[in-house]
Parts: sequence; structure tokens; C-alpha cells
Amino acid sequence: MGGMHGMGPIAPEPDEPVFHAEWERRVHALVIASPTRGNIDAGRHQRELIPGADYLRMSYYEKWFAALTQMLLQGDVVNAGELATGVADPATPKTTPRLAAEQVAAALSRSGSYQREATAAPAFQPGDMVRARNLSPTGHTRLPRYVRGRTGVVERCHGAHVFPDRHAHGAGEDPRPLYTVRFAARELWGPAVPARDSISLDLWEPYLERV
Amino acid sequence: MPHDHPGHDHDHGQEPPSDIALRVKALESLLVEKGLVDPAALDAIVDYYEHKVGPRNGARVVAKAWSDPAYRARLMADATAAIAELGYSGGQGEHMVAVENTPATHNLVVCTLCSCYPWPVLGLPPVWYKSAPYRSRAVIDPRGVLAEFGTELPADVAVRVWDSTAEVRYLVIPKRPAGTDGLDEDALAALVTRDGMIGVARL
Repeated sequence: MGGMHGMGPIAPEPDEPVFHAEWERRVHALVIASPTRGNIDAGRHQRELIPGADYLRMSYYEKWFAALTQMLLQGDVVNAGELATGVADPATPKTTPRLAAEQVAAALSRSGSYQREATAAPAFQPGDMVRARNLSPTGHTRLPRYVRGRTGVVERCHGAHVFPDRHAHGAGEDPRPLYTVRFAARELWGPAVPARDSISLDLWEPYLERV
Repeated sequence: MPHDHPGHDHDHGQEPPSDIALRVKALESLLVEKGLVDPAALDAIVDYYEHKVGPRNGARVVAKAWSDPAYRARLMADATAAIAELGYSGGQGEHMVAVENTPATHNLVVCTLCSCYPWPVLGLPPVWYKSAPYRSRAVIDPRGVLAEFGTELPADVAVRVWDSTAEVRYLVIPKRPAGTDGLDEDALAALVTRDGMIGVARL
């Protein structure tokens, strides 16, 4: 929703607690602990599939809960009857939780990586001018609408990273070079914004073309 | 109930639990009954995010960067490794980049696509960071956003906005306030705010 107008004031809350209700605590923990058989990109895509009007009305943890429920269903982790009744189907096996309490601190402080071994040299180098492609994918993407068709400068190459447009849809990690690309604010928003301001995004190589 | 949490039903004083609270509780019970989640693990996850991570971690990083030029150099070269030196690591901090405010440049971090935020150093994001108003405006009107947080940025200071569109997470290193030369790292860390490390405020 980058660049949209009319969303209202930001309204920070003084001394905001980490969670606002007990159910928010449980949703946060369930999303981390549940064996959804999805991945971070699939989870993001699931939240993006929430219809727009609902998406804007729902709170963050309502969206997380809705997406979690969908992913549990799609992964055959729970079935619709179980969700409706809240009672486990006796025909399904009882398993052992994959994450035990004593493993939590180590699991949460473990840093994985989304970088993978590159299969090809990156097409762009820092300093190169690139244009964000004018793409309109129907599935998941991390190419925001507000940079499509706009020209920027490559600032940095992060190596090959898991490509969300494929990963979100169960098509494997398909790692692609990831770049930080800097756009002048005026390139994105026109002459009314300050000339010296800029916006940088992290964009995968398939999103970019040489100018 | 396999997992009885005192207080679950009392988030709103004497009001009955909300529909969402009941649905979440039902799902948790189902997943516990099926042996898919351990309720004690859920408690431990909540405790971790309420008490083990938060902006005090990021404040330690900033204070050390202000105090120790060699650490600052390591932080700017490889923030993930430099932050891990202080014991901060984990999900949503896998690929860290530190961006430094200077007299000429002010940095501001947003995630327009969802709510990406550097959990190991800042904890979980505040509601406003995840809200449509911030996500929409930070990229098109960063100076207006700063003004809403009480900071009028001079016109000769360039604003650099970082939209966290991949798994790279950004930590703003605020400018060290004037008159703090004699302070040690603990005293400096106490001056560093969460909003300063997101970039919506100056210290």
C-alpha cells in the first residue's frame, strides 16, 4: 500500500504493550509453533489473500489467525470438521509437538539464512541503473506497485536469496540475486517532493531490467 | 481443557470473552489435543517476545557503536555479525543492515508490503508500524510522518527511506546527542528510543 493516500493519521499509542490481549499472545505463539507445512512467503501470501475491505478492517493478529487457520487446513494438519467442532477427529493420529518448551529460546535465537549459493553471476553491479519491470503477477510478489516501471540505481548486491514469488507457491526456493535499489523520491512521486529524498527497496533480479 | 490459563477470559474486565478470543482458544485446544503444539512452548514463546527481546537490545547496539569506533566499523560492514557479538540473533534478524543518521541524512524504516521489523534488536513492532497509515505514508511523505511524531526535519537534511521488501532488516543508528561525551555505554543506551531506531524520531 506504499504511497496510497487517505489512510488517516498514524496515531501511536503511548506506552504500548507488546500484546493487547491474551488471545494475541496465543496467536503469535501458535503461528511460530504450529506445523503448518508452509513457509514465511506462503504465510505472507495467505494474509494477502484476505479480501481488501476485510484486510483493512482486521487487526494484525486477526489477519495472522485467519492465515494460520487456512494454512493448517491446506496442509491437512487439521480438517474442517475439527475446526468446526474444536474436537480432534479420532481417525487422525496424535503426534508429538515438534517444539518443546525447553527448545524455544534456542529455536527463537537461531538465525537461519535466506541466502543460498548462487547458480549464476549477478546481472547487475552497484552503480548500475535499473528499471523495475512493469509486472502484474496474480500470485505473491515482493515487487511493490509503486516502483513498477521506475528507474533507480543498484546500491548493493546481497547474493542469491530465496525467491518469494516461487517459494510462496510451493515451487521451491529458486534463489535469485537480491539487490538494494535506490529510487529518487521525485522518480516515484513527481516534482512536488524534495529533490534530495530517496527510497531504497530490496528487489530480486527477475523484478529488474537494465536501462 | 488440556491447558487452563488463568486470565484468558479476563482481558476485558467483566465482559465476556470476545469471539476471536474464543476461536483462538478453541484452535489452541485442538492443536494441543492432537499433539501438534505444546502449551508450555507457547508460554515460552510469549515470554521470549515479551521479556527477552525488545528495543533495549537495539539500544545496546547503538550505544556500543557510539562508544567504540572499531565496533561501529564492524556494524556498518556486517551488521548481522556485529549484532550477534552482543548476543542478539534469531528470526526477523537474519540479514541485518545498519543505516546511520548523519548531519546531512536521516533514515526511516518501513515495510509497505506487510510488517517486516528487526525482532531481535527491536522486539515486536508497535501497532502503528503495522498499520495502513504508516505503511502507505512513510514512502511518499516521510517528512509528514516525522512531523506527526514531533520532529520537523530541516529541508537541507536528506531523507532516506528503507522499504523492507525482502528478508533484509534495517536498524537506524541515530546521531549521538550533543553533550554526552562523558557517558558510558549504559547511560548512552538509556537515551536510545525505539522510535529513534525506526527513524520516526530524532534523539
